[in-house]
Amino acid sequence: MSEQDPRLLLQPAPLLQQGMTTPQAMKDVWIALAPATLFGIWHFGISSLLVIITTIIGAMITEWAFTPPEKRGHVMGDWSGALTGLLLALTLPPGLPLWMAFLGGAVSTGLGKVMWGGLGNNIFNPALVGRAFLLATFPIVMTTWHGSVDSFFTIHPSNLAMPLMQSATDAVSQATPLGLLKFQQSATATGSLLLGTTTGSLGETSALLLLLGGIFLILRRDIDWRIPVAIFITAALFSAIINSFDAVKYPSPLFTLFSGGMMLGALFMAPDPVTSPLTPRGAIIFGVGIGLLVVLIRVWGGLPEGVMYAILLMNAATPLIDRATQPRVFGRGRPRE
Amino acid sequence: MAEKMSGYDEMLKGLWRENPVFVQVLGMCPMLAVTNSAVNAVVMGVATFFVLVSSSFLVSSFRGVIPKQVRISIYVVIIATFVTVADYTLLALVPAIHKELGAFIPLIVANCIILGRQEAFASKNSVKFAVFDAIGSAGGFMFALLALGSVREILGEGKIFGIPLFGDNFEPWIIMILPPGGFITLGLILLFFNWVTARRAARNQLQAQPVTSSRGSHIQ
Repeated sequence: MSEQDPRLLLQPAPLLQQGMTTPQAMKDVWIALAPATLFGIWHFGISSLLVIITTIIGAMITEWAFTPPEKRGHVMGDWSGALTGLLLALTLPPGLPLWMAFLGGAVSTGLGKVMWGGLGNNIFNPALVGRAFLLATFPIVMTTWHGSVDSFFTIHPSNLAMPLMQSATDAVSQATPLGLLKFQQSATATGSLLLGTTTGSLGETSALLLLLGGIFLILRRDIDWRIPVAIFITAALFSAIINSFDAVKYPSPLFTLFSGGMMLGALFMAPDPVTSPLTPRGAIIFGVGIGLLVVLIRVWGGLPEGVMYAILLMNAATPLIDRATQPRVFGRGRPRE
Repeated sequence: MAEKMSGYDEMLKGLWRENPVFVQVLGMCPMLAVTNSAVNAVVMGVATFFVLVSSSFLVSSFRGVIPKQVRISIYVVIIATFVTVADYTLLALVPAIHKELGAFIPLIVANCIILGRQEAFASKNSVKFAVFDAIGSAGGFMFALLALGSVREILGEGKIFGIPLFGDNFEPWIIMILPPGGFITLGLILLFFNWVTARRAARNQLQAQPVTSSRGSHIQ
């Protein structure tokens, strides 16, 4: 602004400047994710930091390569590409080979975002597109979970597998709380779920820190509060109903809310302004749909976790929801059928 | 001489400029279904090649006597005859692959590339051009099948034509041998084709520009 600085500023309406810009919103999300990310790095060791950095590099290189040179400064400057990488990394297992993390970052940005025309034009959440691709491509590695490490500087040997190769050593997978419930019918204590001292993806375990970050985003009005609230209420109610039939087999409401990717998905991925409905009523429908699908997939689906597919499915329904919930134009009657 | 040149032209357009898969986006069903390995792709390509070239030859030979009102049904009968020949030949020669391709061999009858070439080209042109055109289109289809099948087999199984490329520790990309892998690979190849076309168009425009601008300045 200083280089132009006109004496008389002439510009078209709207004349009120809004403080909320894309880089500002992205910065808020970075701040909101920081506690859970740092906890994940502390909990799962230096391996998780390597995975996060590699994924971010993969996302940013892809964005840089597929953006026309004259737009690069603008597009790279809003930090959304790196944020996609971070969000994807938080959903990955800490022992993932780094070349897969790089590939995931590249796919999430390339197929999830750049291909549709960049930020604002994508239908599906880019980070989840990357995760869905990785899960369908490398199903075994993506569900090999490493627990907490003894020493912070332990690097899992599987991290360092050569590109296109699998690691020579067999990793011992530990069951996540969701897997324990689904396959062994043993529930994990809510306390450790809240603190995040369980096994799982490297940034999704600490429900409490993610919840704090989400509340920060809601207070800053970066996300629509209706979406996470609708997801939480629906999922809790649904699991309360089925839990009353068989308390051992089906998850309790608290378990549903604090386990797996629920917090990360409901607070940081579902309310992504680009891929969620614009209207307040639409946001509630969207959230209810995700809440129902999460419990449905977790309880009756083949996989222990369903947050990712629930959000992707409702992303696909977003244009339809937006069209169905268009508010009535003031002063006109209801449109005739 | 001129006739011979244009005969090659008819053939070359099917291979690249009017490639039935990458440019016209036809024949998607076999394209996505049978390209999970390079061998399947080649067998499918050869079968389609045989059916397309033979049908074009026959339709073009009889183009004077086929009544206009029932031409489509006659094309289908001709195509179906050659598909039956191809079906039994494959069953006799490569029973394992025939079993793997399954319903997609009889479904060559419904391949829109074949019917499209009969309706759009063979029924209106001489036998020679019809055959050249059919060779071009079928070759283009075969090239596309092979490209897709190779990419999917290399990434999905680490092999090409069954020969391992990367050794024992290769991590297979499961998605590539599943249907989504077909869509993703085809989409990326289409993207590449469009990118090449757009670049070429931009370069042609750039070369044409100085001429027009200098002419413009002369007028002024």
